[in-house]
Amino acid sequence: MNTSTDELTPLLQRGYEAGFVTDIETDQSPPGLSEEVITRLSETKKEPRYLLDWRLQAYRAWIGMQEPHWSIATYPPIDYQAISYYAAPRSVDPKRPKSLDEVDPRLLETYRKLGVPLHEQAALAGVAMDAVFDSVSVATTFRETLKKAGVIFCPFSEAAIEYPELVHQYLGSVVPFRDNFFAALNSAVFSDGSFVYVPPGVRCPMELSTYFRINAAKTGQFERTLIIADRGSYVSYLEGCTAPMRDENQLHAAVVELVALEGAEIRYATVQNWYPGDEEGRGGIYNFVTKRGDCRGARSKISWTQVETGSAITWKYPSCILRGDESIGEFYSVALARHRQQADTGTKMIHMGRRTRSVVISKGISAGHGRNAYRGMVRMAPTALHAHNYTRCDSLLIGPHSQAYTIPVLEVRHPSARIEHEATTSKIADDQIFYCRQRGLDEETAVHLLVNGFCREVFQKLPLEFAVEAQKLIAVSLEGAVG
Amino acid sequence: MNNEQPLLDVRNLWIKAQDQFILNGLDLQIRPGEVHAIMGPNGSGKSTLVQSLAGHPGYTIEKGEISFDGEDLLTLTPEERARRGLFLAFQYPVEISGLGNGYFLKAAVNAVREARGQIPYDAVEFLKAFRELAPLVGLGQDFLERGVNAGFSGGEKKRNEILQMLLLEPRLALLDETDSGLDVDALKLVARGVNATRSKDRSIVLVTHYQRLLDYIDPDVVHVLIKGRIVRSGTRELAHEIERGGYEPLLATMA
Ligand SMILES: Nc1ncnc2c1ncn2[C@@H]1O[C@H](COP(=O)(O)OP(=O)(O)OP(=O)(O)O)[C@@H](O)[C@H]1O
Ligand SMILES: [Mg+2]
Repeated sequence: MNTSTDELTPLLQRGYEAGFVTDIETDQSPPGLSEEVITRLSETKKEPRYLLDWRLQAYRAWIGMQEPHWSIATYPPIDYQAISYYAAPRSVDPKRPKSLDEVDPRLLETYRKLGVPLHEQAALAGVAMDAVFDSVSVATTFRETLKKAGVIFCPFSEAAIEYPELVHQYLGSVVPFRDNFFAALNSAVFSDGSFVYVPPGVRCPMELSTYFRINAAKTGQFERTLIIADRGSYVSYLEGCTAPMRDENQLHAAVVELVALEGAEIRYATVQNWYPGDEEGRGGIYNFVTKRGDCRGARSKISWTQVETGSAITWKYPSCILRGDESIGEFYSVALARHRQQADTGTKMIHMGRRTRSVVISKGISAGHGRNAYRGMVRMAPTALHAHNYTRCDSLLIGPHSQAYTIPVLEVRHPSARIEHEATTSKIADDQIFYCRQRGLDEETAVHLLVNGFCREVFQKLPLEFAVEAQKLIAVSLEGAVG
Repeated sequence: MNNEQPLLDVRNLWIKAQDQFILNGLDLQIRPGEVHAIMGPNGSGKSTLVQSLAGHPGYTIEKGEISFDGEDLLTLTPEERARRGLFLAFQYPVEISGLGNGYFLKAAVNAVREARGQIPYDAVEFLKAFRELAPLVGLGQDFLERGVNAGFSGGEKKRNEILQMLLLEPRLALLDETDSGLDVDALKLVARGVNATRSKDRSIVLVTHYQRLLDYIDPDVVHVLIKGRIVRSGTRELAHEIERGGYEPLLATMA
């Protein structure tokens, strides 16, 4: 019987249930990136001219930019010419909106196996789903129901054609392509993603959800999500992601832009379970993502909730620009790093409007040789009268080799603005485990209880079904992390 | 005293922690329904004994046998021992701040209930059991919301241990200095809790420094543990003897 948490390593390679490959004919562009590749991509998607011009501008900007290396993550250089920037199942016609009956059964089966059935009868109650497979959307469910409410929920490529004014007006308005290296790359080559528009005063009648799946080898996934909540509207959105187990690393560089106009509220939740690599650190997704929300109108609210269990490297800082007076930004995060995973994640709360408020609750769990950093910035601009931020970062270490860092940056430019910051680091102690076991709980249950207790505040922010899912995911991810 | 098979049978137990022998050939038999008190100077090995019985991984059993209800206890994991009805009220209850006390109690009760083939409590049933038992030890419902022992006062922690004992209905309860650090009223509450749980098939071990506790809970046997061995066993009178004269006279009789 071995009960010491000092013996937590090596962690067993278990539990990545999403690691299968779908055997399907794929059209894949040859590796490499150039203006020609981008032009061809845009043509394949029958995109309007403005979009191609924008992509090319982004590409030219990207060429002059440096890959950022300020995070805690270390990794060998990425060869951007070795990546294929477009891959799509041959059976998916990129130009045509699809009805479920026309979708390749192998794709439907893939999503069923992942626990997100696309058939509306079988789907999670009250959740509309956009399913993105490699570079294309294969199906979007409940479109009719949503249309009746006036809500637009469709693949990005379709929006670019069907709603060019909206896309043109808002694309890049929160994350300009010059923002950073990966945002510029994404702007040049993004293939698909989801588009949401909620008209004024409408409360979106369903949860909206996108499931991102990388299947093809030697590709990256570069999706783009744009959500616009018009005045006084409300929408709750959830994204999930998985990829097969492969020995090489794959790049995922997404951009998500949220715009909340006056009095609107957007809740954005992520359950990220990209393949994390094996216990030696072989393979896994590089998850380099820019997510930002703009509380553009007064009294608007944007809330980010993320549960990050996957990816070899996570580089991600969902942020809020609190421009409107009395707008509210929230960030609730659980990030888990085990094996050789490296998670560098956090948020930026940029307070510009008066009496803007933000809350940041970050829970980092490190196990095995996992490294977890919370990197957060709170900026109170000179205009942010009586703004307030509350930040708490808790780190939980499991085993002797795991690491946690907290890197806060606080800038206060107005004397009436207030920032409260708390940070704690704790270990799951042997005597806590023994105490639980003495009460009849086995070791694994004890660890789950301790970890769930640790994450509770964040899980509570997820829609119920997903909170259960997130708990299970954490449990599976920590299987073998003890004993 | 009855002649039934002992519920707990410890024979010639030798225990080491970090290369040091702490128990040196200890024997102890406890029959169903009996209450035993164990007294002894600081560092004599009382906690080592009860922690080892519960399966604490920090102790090495060098020699000896322990059977619990006819089963070899040493082959069982700590949780298996707990599920078979062995309960330890810790001398120093552990704090788990992130975990809600109510959630923890319910999980523990249900783990033990399932092992006994009983249907796990749902939230309502658990709350009912809690409301019935918590007043016995003077704890209010607000203790469900707080973290396990987190920020509890010394006395509240001890009462929380007794509450767990009442909820888990063990066959053998090992109470390690549950009386230490309690005010008189709390002592009465704890004693009341223990007396409420006394029955013909529940055995109790009271580790204590004070005969005061024994004024409220009447033991069948009192043992004196010195230097890892039980040197005397007797009736309540032995506790009074120690109260008056300390352990010196007993030490003198040891070889
Ligand atoms: N894990 C351990 N490692 C090293 N020494 C230990 C360990 N546990 C106990 N000891 C030592 O064994 C001896 C007995 O300790 P134990 O806690 O069993 O005493 P006790 O009789 O319960 O004392 P008290 O009345 O003070 O609670 C002490 O000298 C103690 O320091
Ligand atoms: Mg002791």
